[in-house]
Amino acid sequence: MRHLHYAQILAFVLFVGSCAVEEERPITVRGSDTMVAIGQKWAEIYMQKFPEATIQVNGGGSGTGISALINGIADICQSSRPMKQRERDIIRRKYGRDVIEIPVAKDGIVVYVHESNPLSEISIRQMKDIYTGKIRSWKELGWEDRPIVIYGRENSSGTYEFFKKCVLDGEDFDARVQTLPGTGAIANAVAQDKYAIGYGGIAYSRGIKLLAAKATDDSPAVAASETTIADNTYPISRELYFYLVREPKGRIRAFIDWVLSDEGQFLAIAEGYFPIRPINSREYLSNRLLP
Amino acid sequence: MSSTPASSTAVPTSPKVNQTAKWLDRLAQRFISGVALVSISIILLILFFTFKEAQDVFLDAEVRKEVLPTLFSTNWQPISDSPKYGVIPLFIGTLKTTFIAMVIAVPIGILSALYAVMFAPKWIKEILKPSVELVAGLPSVVIGFFALVVLSGWLQDLTGSSFRLNALVGGVAISLTVVPIIFTISEDALSAVPQSIKEASYALGATEWETAFYVVLPAAYPGIFASILLGLGRAVGETLIVLMATGNAAITSWSVLDSTRTLTATIGAEMAEVVFGDPHYNVLFLIGTFLFLFSMMLNLVAEFYIKAKLLKSFRGM
Repeated sequence: MRHLHYAQILAFVLFVGSCAVEEERPITVRGSDTMVAIGQKWAEIYMQKFPEATIQVNGGGSGTGISALINGIADICQSSRPMKQRERDIIRRKYGRDVIEIPVAKDGIVVYVHESNPLSEISIRQMKDIYTGKIRSWKELGWEDRPIVIYGRENSSGTYEFFKKCVLDGEDFDARVQTLPGTGAIANAVAQDKYAIGYGGIAYSRGIKLLAAKATDDSPAVAASETTIADNTYPISRELYFYLVREPKGRIRAFIDWVLSDEGQFLAIAEGYFPIRPINSREYLSNRLLP
Repeated sequence: MSSTPASSTAVPTSPKVNQTAKWLDRLAQRFISGVALVSISIILLILFFTFKEAQDVFLDAEVRKEVLPTLFSTNWQPISDSPKYGVIPLFIGTLKTTFIAMVIAVPIGILSALYAVMFAPKWIKEILKPSVELVAGLPSVVIGFFALVVLSGWLQDLTGSSFRLNALVGGVAISLTVVPIIFTISEDALSAVPQSIKEASYALGATEWETAFYVVLPAAYPGIFASILLGLGRAVGETLIVLMATGNAAITSWSVLDSTRTLTATIGAEMAEVVFGDPHYNVLFLIGTFLFLFSMMLNLVAEFYIKAKLLKSFRGM
């Protein structure tokens, strides 16, 4: 008898608890480390505007976010790479539907060098030759005869995979490439190292020189900027995604709509990313809608 | 000590008290051995789990086919169209940083312990010990950051190396964590050398210096040896410092001025994103198994060696 009592009380408590959780459960966003900064900014401003909303944003990497989405721990997964076929298949099996993919911002991958480097532009072929070890000295790019110190991301990062696919055509990185955790660490290392080269998002770019990129050796050099990335003239850009396993409804829907609105897209620019479509950012700056 | 008959007569002996005491005694014994068993079994479970995740490298035909042909090559390219799992550069990386760390830490640790025990005035000793222990308390992320930002610049100016982050920077930074281990344990071993031995040496006309080097140091040798082994274990297992300070390029080179990638840094950098159950995942656990066995072996040798030798040498004298 007593056991039954306990069971009933427990069931009741769980029931009440689950109702409360259903009402006030925060929106959980997990995934890419590249996108943590922008995700947290979106959440912060959104919660300021709509105090009844709670949004939790965590990093851990695109892969971590995708597995959290699959396991139902996250409502939204932020990913800096498109989902792989294997991951899409798992979701179709488990949820009986295709994953929902929403591009929410764009990111340009920029190659940077030390401030004192005379180089101002670089072609994708040259990047490839440097990162696969065919070009070893700055002399071949018209500078001093000093070895190039090459920095890159760890092979767990989405940026690494993107660079490998788009710039190296899937070839392996040279073993000499020094890997550092995080684009910030690479920017910092390049800033301290006169003969260094590194790549990463434009979001972290203080104290170093960004090189304009040329799609082929003969094509014009294009500097990464809001317009060149939004209209795809800058050759190395990628989309950043939200992934969901259920049709967004209610508060999740409202949040995503706001992220895609001009205001949300302007925030992406303020954080050093790029909007998915050209927007009139000056209007937002002058209206001081945002901090 | 408490079991000598002399002390037991002091306790009033009523049969009932005796019974309760015995019962309590047994309970305490059971409890303590239970706690000890739990910690031993946790270690065994960790070893078991690590090995279980690694075993596919040898047992699963498909994984074996992908991993084994390249496992002993010099090419570490786990994320690739044709993945290569060559662990040789990683082993070389660990050997290089460990070697540098030990070359720096062993003399500094032992000599400063000898100084503290034999020569230092009391007030210096009182400053020296706590400050070395303070260094031991520094989190490795702090040391790693220091190495990345400050030490790497100094060493590059000094050596003129073309890589700012290299094995030397990592090794020097690791030595900061190894010195306190060697110092503390050596200091204990040196202080434990009986006063009578030193006095005998002085009585035979040896100077302080001769006594320190030819009498006290050899007498404490087993303890010092153990301290070196434990320091070695720390140097091999250090992850965060090498991850931050060595540049992590998997180059097969014995030069200490080249960037280098260690076994631990590889696990630290790649485990978070690796696809569960992938051959890459299995290889990372294989590396983990190796590191585990290696440090367990070091600790066991240190433990048994110190027990067998140190005690025997003192009794023998």
